Amino acid sequence: MSAETHEGVHRHPAPTSFIRKYIFSVDHKVIGIQYIMLALAAVLVGMAMSLLMRLNLSWPGTHWPILETLFPTGAPGGVMTPEFYLSLVTMHGTIMVFFVLTTAPQGGFGNYFLPIQIGAEDMAFPVLNMLSFWVTLVGFIVILLAIFVEGNQSLGQAFSALGPSFTGGSGTVGPIGGWTGYAPLSALGKVAGPGQGAGMNLWVISIAIFCVGSLLGALNFITTLLNMRTKGMSLMRMPLTCWAWFTTAVLALLSFPVLLGGGILLLLDRIAGTSFFIPSGLYVSGLLSGTNPNFPLHTGGSPILWQHLFWFFGHPEVYIAILPGMGATSHILATFARKPVFGYRAMVFAIFAIGLLGFFVWGHHMFISGMSPYSAIAFSVLTLSIGVPSAVKTFNWLGTLWGSRIRFTTAMLFALGFVSLFVAGGITGLILGQSSLDLAMHDTYIVTAHFHLVMGVASIFGMFAALYFWFPKMFGRLMNEGLGRIHFWLTFIGVYTIFVPMHIMGIVGMPRRYSSFGEYEFLKTLHPLVLLVSVAAVITILAQVLFYFNVFWSIFKGKKAGDNPWEATTLEWTTATPPPHDNFAGVLPTVYHGPYEFAVPGAPNDFIMQTDVGADVPSGNGHNGHKH
Amino acid sequence: MCQAVMATMVTSTKKVTGKGLGSGGRFPGPNGKKPGGNGFHGGGDGSKRKFSPTGYRLTMWMVLAAIVMMFGALSAAYVMVSEEQRRPVPMPRMFFVSTGLILVSSATFQRAKRSLQQGRAGAYLKWLLVTLVLGVAFLGSQLVGWRELSRAGVYFSGHPRSTFFYLATAMHGGHLLGGIGLVLYLVIRRLRPLWPLHAEKNTAWTRVVGLYWHAMDGIWIWLFGLLLIFK
Repeated sequence: MSAETHEGVHRHPAPTSFIRKYIFSVDHKVIGIQYIMLALAAVLVGMAMSLLMRLNLSWPGTHWPILETLFPTGAPGGVMTPEFYLSLVTMHGTIMVFFVLTTAPQGGFGNYFLPIQIGAEDMAFPVLNMLSFWVTLVGFIVILLAIFVEGNQSLGQAFSALGPSFTGGSGTVGPIGGWTGYAPLSALGKVAGPGQGAGMNLWVISIAIFCVGSLLGALNFITTLLNMRTKGMSLMRMPLTCWAWFTTAVLALLSFPVLLGGGILLLLDRIAGTSFFIPSGLYVSGLLSGTNPNFPLHTGGSPILWQHLFWFFGHPEVYIAILPGMGATSHILATFARKPVFGYRAMVFAIFAIGLLGFFVWGHHMFISGMSPYSAIAFSVLTLSIGVPSAVKTFNWLGTLWGSRIRFTTAMLFALGFVSLFVAGGITGLILGQSSLDLAMHDTYIVTAHFHLVMGVASIFGMFAALYFWFPKMFGRLMNEGLGRIHFWLTFIGVYTIFVPMHIMGIVGMPRRYSSFGEYEFLKTLHPLVLLVSVAAVITILAQVLFYFNVFWSIFKGKKAGDNPWEATTLEWTTATPPPHDNFAGVLPTVYHGPYEFAVPGAPNDFIMQTDVGADVPSGNGHNGHKH
Repeated sequence: MCQAVMATMVTSTKKVTGKGLGSGGRFPGPNGKKPGGNGFHGGGDGSKRKFSPTGYRLTMWMVLAAIVMMFGALSAAYVMVSEEQRRPVPMPRMFFVSTGLILVSSATFQRAKRSLQQGRAGAYLKWLLVTLVLGVAFLGSQLVGWRELSRAGVYFSGHPRSTFFYLATAMHGGHLLGGIGLVLYLVIRRLRPLWPLHAEKNTAWTRVVGLYWHAMDGIWIWLFGLLLIFK
C-alpha cells in the first residue's frame, strides 16, 4: 500500500485502482468530496444531539425507552440526567464547530474548487492534502470514541488500561466542559466529576489531532493560491471565494498552533501532573488539592490562561467557519443577479479586515472572567469595529442585488438566506460586544441565539448554497430544484422560529446550559416558547431528510447538467463536467477577465467567461450601469 | 438619481486589451483598474507542474509562522503564570553552552550554503556534517541541563514555572530534531550519485532547510532570554 501511495507524488497520472481513486486519493476533488461526506456524517451526530437536548428541555422527566436501551447509566429509566444533558451540550458544540463548520466550507468546497478556480491542476502538495483529510478523520473517530467510552461501562473500564486518567463509563455521552473545555475542571481528571476521565482525555486528543490536520490543509491552500495561479490570474482577478478560502487558511495557520499548544498543556495537566491551569488550594468534589491520592497537590496555575489560549484560537475559528460562506454568497449572488459583485476591491479588503480584527477580540468571550474593565473596553471597541467591514460586506451584497433581475434558484435562495441570517445574527453582536451589557447576558440564551444564527446557521446556509450551486459541476447532475425550494423555505422559516424566541428567553434571563428550569418560578411563563422552539427544531431537522434525499438521489438520478448550467463566468465552468483528473485536460486556461463580468454593455452575451479572448468590448462610459 | 450613483460605484468594465500576456502581473486588474499586484510571481506559465523554489520557500515560511505562533502561545503562558507567583528557578549553566552551540551551528550552516553557491561540493558536505554534529551536541547539552535542573530540585510536575523549563526545551528540542532530520536529508541528497544534476533543487532545499535551522536558533535565543529575564 505504502509503495503505491508514494508513487506519482509529483506528476500524478490518473489513478486506476478503486482504492487510489476513491479512498486514498491525492486528487483534490476526491478529497474535497470526502471532506463534504465527513461533514454530512458529523452533522447527523450533532443534529441528533441537539434533538435530544430539545426533547429534554421541553418535556423534562419524560421516559424515553430508546435512551434507556442505549445509555442505561446516563439515562436511568429513560430519563436524562443533568450530566447526560451537559455532555450533549459539549459534544454537540465540539462536533458541529470542528467537524462540520470547519471541514465542509474549507476542506470540502475549498479543496474542490480553489485549484480549479485559479486554474491549477491540483493542490501544491497532493499527498499532504490527502494526509490532512485522513488526520481529520482520525480526529473524528477519536471524538466518537469519547461517546462510547463514557457511555458504556465495560468499554470505559477497558480504557483504564491506558492509565488511571483514562477510566470512563460515567454514563455521559462524552466529556462535560462545553466545546470550550474550560479549566480547571477540564484539567483535573476523574476527581472533577462524571465525564472528566477518558471522555475529556479523548476530547483533548481529538482536538489536537484536528489542529494538525487543519494546519496541513492551511499550508497547502496558501501555497497553492500564491504559487499556482494560471497565466493571467492576477490576485485581483480571483473569485471572492478564493479570497475567502485564502484568508481562512491564514487564520487557521495562525490560530490552530495556539490551540495545539494549549491542548498540549491541558493534556499534561491531566496525565503528567503539571499545573498550568490548576490554581493553588483548589477545593473540588469535597477534596482539597494535595490531601488525597485522587487529587494530588497542584500549585501556581491559572484557569484564565486556558481561556486566553482557547479564545485566541476560538475567535478566529468562528471566522474560519463563516468566511468561506461569505465568499460563496458573494459568488452566487453575482451569478444569479447577473451583475458584477458590487465593490469587488472593498469586498477583498473587508474579508482581510475581518480576518485581521479577528485576532484582537478574543477577550470579548471573557468579559465575565474578572478581567480589568480597561481591557474589557479595549476588547469591546475592537469588537464593535468588526461591524465596519461586516457592514461593508452587507452593503455590497445589497448593492449587487440592487436593480437586478434575480434568478431565484435554490442556490440563490440559500445565498440570500445567508445575508439575512448574517445580518439578523450579527446585530446582536453589537449588543453582546459591549462589556457592560454582556456581563448580564453572557450566560443566557441570547448568546446561544446570537452565535447559532451568525456563525452556525449562516455558515450552514453558505454551505447549502455552495452545494446546490456546485453540485452539477461535482457530480454532473443538477439537484432537484423543487425539493430544494421546499428544503430552503422549511429550513429558513424553521431556523428563525428556533432562534428568534431564544433572544427573548435570554433577555428574560433564562440561563444557557441548564438541563431543566422547573425550579425557577420566573421562567415558567416561558415554557410555551420553549415548546415552540422544540417543535420548530423537530420540523427543521425533518426538513433535512429532504436535503439528504435530494443529494443522494441527484448523484445518480438528477437531471444531467452541461458544463455551465448557471451561465457563470469563473474557471470551473470552462472545464468539463465533472472535471477530468487534472482539471483542464492537459491545457491550463489563460485568464483575460475579472471574475464577475456580467451584463457588460456592448458584450454579445450577458456574461463574459474569464477565459474569453474575443469578448473584449469597448465600453464608452467606463461603467456598466443597469439601464432599464 | 440613486441608481446613477450606484452605477458609477459599481465596479466598471473598461477595455481589456490582450497585450502583454507574459505574466499575470502585467494584465489590467479586474474591470480595467490598474494591474492587481501579483506579488509572488504567481500565475505559472501554463506549463505542467514545474519545480518552483518560491513554492518551497513560501511553504517553509508558513510552517515557521505556525511554529512561531505555538511558541508565542507557550511564552505568553509562561509570562502569565510568572505574574501570579515568582519562584526563582536557577538557569542551568549548561543552557549557556547550548546557546553557544546553536549559534555556531547556524554559522556553520551558512558556510555550507556558501560552499554550495561557490560550487565546492566537498566543503558543502563537510560543513553540513559539522552542523549536524553541533545540532546533536545541542540536544545533548539540553539533556545535561535537565539533569542540572532536577539536581537543583526543579521538577517537571511542580510549579508551572518549573515545568516550563522542561516543556520549552523539550518542544524546541523536538522541533530541532526535525531540523536534524532535514540536514540529514541534505547529506543524503549530496551523497546520491545524480546529485550534480539537480542543482536548482539542491539550492532550493538548502535554502529552505537553512531557513528552518536559523529559525530554530532564533526560537532558542527567544526562549533562553525569556527564561533568563522572567526568572
